[in-house]
Amino acid sequence: MVENRPWLTFLTHFVLICGVIVVVFPVYVAIIASTHGPTALTSGMMPLLPGAELWNNVVQVLTEQRRGVAPFWLMAWNSLWMAVIITVGKIAISIISAYAIVYFRFPLRVLAFWMIFITLMLPVEVRIIPTFAVVANLGMLNSYLGLTIPLIASATATFLFRQFFMTIPDELMEAARVDGAGPMKFFRDVLLPLSRTNIAALCVILFIYGWMQYLWPLLVTTDPNYYTLMMGVKRMAAVSDADPQWNTIMAAVVMAMLPPVLIVIFMQRLFVKGLVETEK
Amino acid sequence: MASIDLKGVRKVYQGNVTAIHALDLSIADGELVVLVGPSGCGKSTLLRMIAGLETITDGTISIGDDVVNRKEPAERDIAMVFQNYALYPHMSVRQNLEYGLKNRGTPRDEIDRRVTEAARILEIAPFLDRKPRQLSGGQRQRVAMGRAIVRQPKAFLFDEPLSNLDAKLRGQMRIEIRRLQRSLKTTSVYVTHDQLEAMTLADRLVVMNGGRIEQVGKPIELYDRPASLFVAGFIGSPPMNLLPVEALQAVAGGTMPDLPAGTDIIGIRPDQVIVGTGAGIALSGTVELIEPVGGESHLYVRVEGIDQVLILVQQGRASVGEADRIDFVLPLTALHGFNRESGRRVG
Repeated sequence: MVENRPWLTFLTHFVLICGVIVVVFPVYVAIIASTHGPTALTSGMMPLLPGAELWNNVVQVLTEQRRGVAPFWLMAWNSLWMAVIITVGKIAISIISAYAIVYFRFPLRVLAFWMIFITLMLPVEVRIIPTFAVVANLGMLNSYLGLTIPLIASATATFLFRQFFMTIPDELMEAARVDGAGPMKFFRDVLLPLSRTNIAALCVILFIYGWMQYLWPLLVTTDPNYYTLMMGVKRMAAVSDADPQWNTIMAAVVMAMLPPVLIVIFMQRLFVKGLVETEK
Repeated sequence: MASIDLKGVRKVYQGNVTAIHALDLSIADGELVVLVGPSGCGKSTLLRMIAGLETITDGTISIGDDVVNRKEPAERDIAMVFQNYALYPHMSVRQNLEYGLKNRGTPRDEIDRRVTEAARILEIAPFLDRKPRQLSGGQRQRVAMGRAIVRQPKAFLFDEPLSNLDAKLRGQMRIEIRRLQRSLKTTSVYVTHDQLEAMTLADRLVVMNGGRIEQVGKPIELYDRPASLFVAGFIGSPPMNLLPVEALQAVAGGTMPDLPAGTDIIGIRPDQVIVGTGAGIALSGTVELIEPVGGESHLYVRVEGIDQVLILVQQGRASVGEADRIDFVLPLTALHGFNRESGRRVG
């Protein structure tokens, strides 16, 4: 809109800035809290300027051993594995199933698509008890398999790849057939390279999704060796007979935030590049 | 290189829609045959059946001596040029050309030799390392042709390859395809809906309508002696005038000749109508519209008593103005007679 109304500009910016403050302020407080000593946060006055204790807090998080909580590095390792397996698994399964649904004519193809699509309406939380029962009966509690497999089957990613494949002209597949490329070759030589951008975007989304899982790991792990960061942070706050150490908890929170932030920064460059390169 | 033979070929889609009625066609070795017809006439389906991209309901298709009904497109040893080129967008031009050869396990030095040769013929050598999206429409078209040439297949199949180009480029590429096909002598089947393209490219022209072949022959034969009303109306631009005999009889009166039995429709090419007087069916009418094309003028003339507007072609500038009266004759030697019921030519 090419209009010049100072009041409207002011109002829209005001609303936007308020929105940003609401979203950013808690993150800011967490970062600030991670830089103060143990007493600063319980004194009743919330400090809003950085303190000098960040390094001490980080060291404490990394070295401290508590009962019932796994060491920080182990939980980070578990979270990383969980996020990576979920990301790779989801992308692999969904791109293959989308390939089947779009490019092959088999009996009950439409039914298969709708069954996948309908599961979109049933997130993990809704089916968590039956899923837990299945995982428990298969003996997959306290294992990476148990942590990841139920979260891998993904309607969203399948749907995204399906939509993308449907935009690829049929002639490309026909040209490949004439060129002597069988189904696997076509998939590997044509579809995969063309999906690069989508895969990069999904990597970002799915890594964060896997990293942020809280409820499911909480259910399937009882062995501290399989605890993930999100659970660990919660457990650090749940102490009896003492005040929670908010400064170290916040330091752990900030450290847990880093991998997704890095992934976004790193992958964003990659998929912007992909976008620029493969237009048409 | 090989001949292509179609015997009793039929295509019925699910739900009993017949796309191609039992059809026979043989294409000689090295010949360029053009399939032409309006959209939905089955010409693309037929081409795709030859390519193996579409299944055959009935009949046999053979390329060379092999019946290829059940063979995959790659095993038929044909190359296809698609309307939207279907170049692999993520591969460079060179990789696009190489892909089919690599999949066949052609030795590396042979691949290089053929790619270099094709690039030279098509003048695409400077773009070999570019991606398709960095090329113009005409260049992409050349690459698509290159991909067919490097394979040295038994036959080329063209599916409306020029319809995404602008008019000027289309003219150039048409000449180029003709030149290329003549020098390579590869059997070719070319599908188009553009009758000018069809006329100028074809060794033999196949006019299709409603899943059937209307007429097969040299382009000029089809132009001179259309076998049916459909061919008469489809080939030639501006189209042939097709006039009902009863109406003509009433208007032209004494100048009407004796016609073979069963003739209900008379056809005449716009450029064979003679303005003025002379021997033949004499008519007169009002000029409704003049289209000056440059070298010739198209006159749209309304004759009282005839529903159709007649089209006349005059060389150079029109001798009359719009709304003027004009006298003209239809020379008897230029008349085509058709039967309305059967749609076929009479005499």
